[in-house]
Amino acid sequence: MSVHTPHPDMPPPILNVGVLGWLRSNLFSSPLHAALSLFAIYLLYLTVPPIISWAFLEATWVGDSREACAGGEGACWVFVKVRINQFMYGFYPESQYWRINLAFGLLIVLAIPLFIKQFQHKGKLAIFILVVYPIITFQLFSGGNFGLTHVETSRWGGLSLTLILAGVGIVASLPLGIVLALGRRSKMPIVKSVCVVFIEFWRGVPLITVLFMSSVMLPLFLPEGTNFDKLLRAMIGIALFQSAYMAEVVRGGLAAIPKGQYEAAEALGLSYWKSMGLIILPQALKLVIPGIVNTFIALFKDTTLVLIIGLFDLLAIIQQAFADPDWLGYSIEGYVFAASIFWVFCFSMSRYSMALEKKLHTGHTR
Amino acid sequence: MADEQRVVPEPAKAAFWRRPAVRSLFFQMLLIAGIVFFGYTIFQNTLHNMQQRGISTGFGFLNSEAGFGILMTLIPFDETYTYGRTFLVGLLNTLLVASLGIIFATIIGFIMGVSRLSRNWIISRLATVYIEVFRNIPLLLQIMFWYFAVLRPLPGPRQSMIFNDTLFLNNRGLYMPSPIYEQGFWLVVVALLVAIAAAVLVARWAHQRQEATGQPFHTVYAAIGLVLGLPLLTFLMMGSPLSWDMPVLQRFNMGGGMVVIPELAALLVALSIYTGTFIAEAVRSGILAVSHGQTEAAHALGLRPGPTLRLVIIPQALRVIIPQLTSQYLNLTKNSSLATAIGYPDLVAVFAGTTLNQTGQAVEVIAMTMAVYLAISLSISLFMNWYNKRIQLVER
Repeated sequence: MSVHTPHPDMPPPILNVGVLGWLRSNLFSSPLHAALSLFAIYLLYLTVPPIISWAFLEATWVGDSREACAGGEGACWVFVKVRINQFMYGFYPESQYWRINLAFGLLIVLAIPLFIKQFQHKGKLAIFILVVYPIITFQLFSGGNFGLTHVETSRWGGLSLTLILAGVGIVASLPLGIVLALGRRSKMPIVKSVCVVFIEFWRGVPLITVLFMSSVMLPLFLPEGTNFDKLLRAMIGIALFQSAYMAEVVRGGLAAIPKGQYEAAEALGLSYWKSMGLIILPQALKLVIPGIVNTFIALFKDTTLVLIIGLFDLLAIIQQAFADPDWLGYSIEGYVFAASIFWVFCFSMSRYSMALEKKLHTGHTR
Repeated sequence: MADEQRVVPEPAKAAFWRRPAVRSLFFQMLLIAGIVFFGYTIFQNTLHNMQQRGISTGFGFLNSEAGFGILMTLIPFDETYTYGRTFLVGLLNTLLVASLGIIFATIIGFIMGVSRLSRNWIISRLATVYIEVFRNIPLLLQIMFWYFAVLRPLPGPRQSMIFNDTLFLNNRGLYMPSPIYEQGFWLVVVALLVAIAAAVLVARWAHQRQEATGQPFHTVYAAIGLVLGLPLLTFLMMGSPLSWDMPVLQRFNMGGGMVVIPELAALLVALSIYTGTFIAEAVRSGILAVSHGQTEAAHALGLRPGPTLRLVIIPQALRVIIPQLTSQYLNLTKNSSLATAIGYPDLVAVFAGTTLNQTGQAVEVIAMTMAVYLAISLSISLFMNWYNKRIQLVER
């Protein structure tokens, strides 16, 4: 009785495995795709090497004056290096830089435990960061107390001003947005319509007109003689504007909570604020964390608009540096520097939101 | 059986101030009082402040002479026209840049959104890089980059970059041939309108026939043939009633043709690239939102990949895409107000900028400017509500 011995498996066709297989299925699966791939590779060949050589290989990194860049083919990063302090701190007095550093260092130290899983008191810490920390930061920036010299807001600038504007916007717009969203879903007709009008008004106009309004019209609205700080006016404008967007995001979360949750809260005899604060909002906000982070990203990018009403945020201070007769013609370096800073902040925020989304998403994925 | 006779006590009446109706009335009254008080204070303060500063109120200023020129106007304008006319000029410029931007951003966005889902590795990577880079850089920075770092440093007219002897690119803008319509060109326009009407009729007939008999008809080819063919035929029959006014290099400047000023070009490029990233994401999410089972079911029914996409995937994806798309269009329109930063004369730059500075009528000018944007966004949201209602899934 002969035993049937199967042939050993044939190796797969060489064109279907390994590098060749990958190339075939991912780049050259059809004549059209092959043409597209070749075109894309040609495009990359045209653009990437010159950019790399401009930004790194041929760039000038050392030196402290324009002469260092003379004759260089690539980027002149010396321009950024010479002015880096101004780009970071604006016109803040140089001897006081430590105050800004301390403020942001404190934030980093405070924020680290929020990302540690084992840390127990995240809620308390978050409230501390949202309520007490801004007061400390304001004291540090503005001074005037505790033996610190007073620094006027007109001297604040650069990246630190951008971060302050964004921070204030975030801290102010989230609670305001939650209140507006609750108001929009309220059963009281007048409260509801007031909130709808408020939200739709701010969402309907461009931020620029809001900033214009805060800089030319706000002084008219206030009693004579009250003088408002320009920075504060911009902050109010940004916070009101973003709170309307935040309200719509939160409203989406509120709408996604099943009606049973509302009814259960009511059946337990909880008052309106207790049922919202203990039952509905914790679930709703968790649902819309990605949307909230996206609103923060938009807010962060929008802070650049204060340039138009004459505040010196990061972009404005770089723009102003181009006018320096010693450094004419280095605008591309400046813009690339500003763009990469904004990009790093926004990109990491968006990655963080995607990671959260993944963590909170427990449904089926394909 | 005494239990059954138990007297059920009347439920205790809530105290007067604990009744929901009373409370809600009270809080709403409080809110109204607060708003009225707030509004009244602001109104009084504003009147008082304006009197103090000698600013007159009312819209009378719209009829007085403006006395300044505007860089680019779509309707006739010079220093002798009124402030009211500056409003119109700015509004038209805003609408121009917004509508061109919407067209370009949609094209870029759809191509990139589909590319990102492509099976071709390098194409999908390129689209991802494009989206992630340009979405995360502030729009204002991009506008200023294109204007101050790219278009302004271009050489002057004498050293223009010339493409094919018809396009001239220099620091005064992009010069291109402008069409001159000769006698009889209106017939071509009429032919185009007729062709569009005919295409609509053909589509309707084809749809009805397919519903009735199941026989499909190549509507797309027929429509393209009609819309392109009929005007072309008329054009040739009329003896080509169209010529081009070519831009030519003169002694110091360019003459002839039409020009896209660098401010407009920079704004358009930045707006289209920036908004394109968001549209690409909307397209991608729309396509991904159609569950894979739909594709499999269509294949199981014997549909080929083309019809699957056209008849099954796209109609369902549009349900997700269109609301996001309209909100991006709205954003683009609002973002076009960043023109102020580079001096493109849009509504905000001309009217809320120059006119406001010259007249000092801050309240009226800002109110009019905001009203324009509010009107645009409210009409778009009305359209969206109508559309959402129309396409809502009818569930059993």
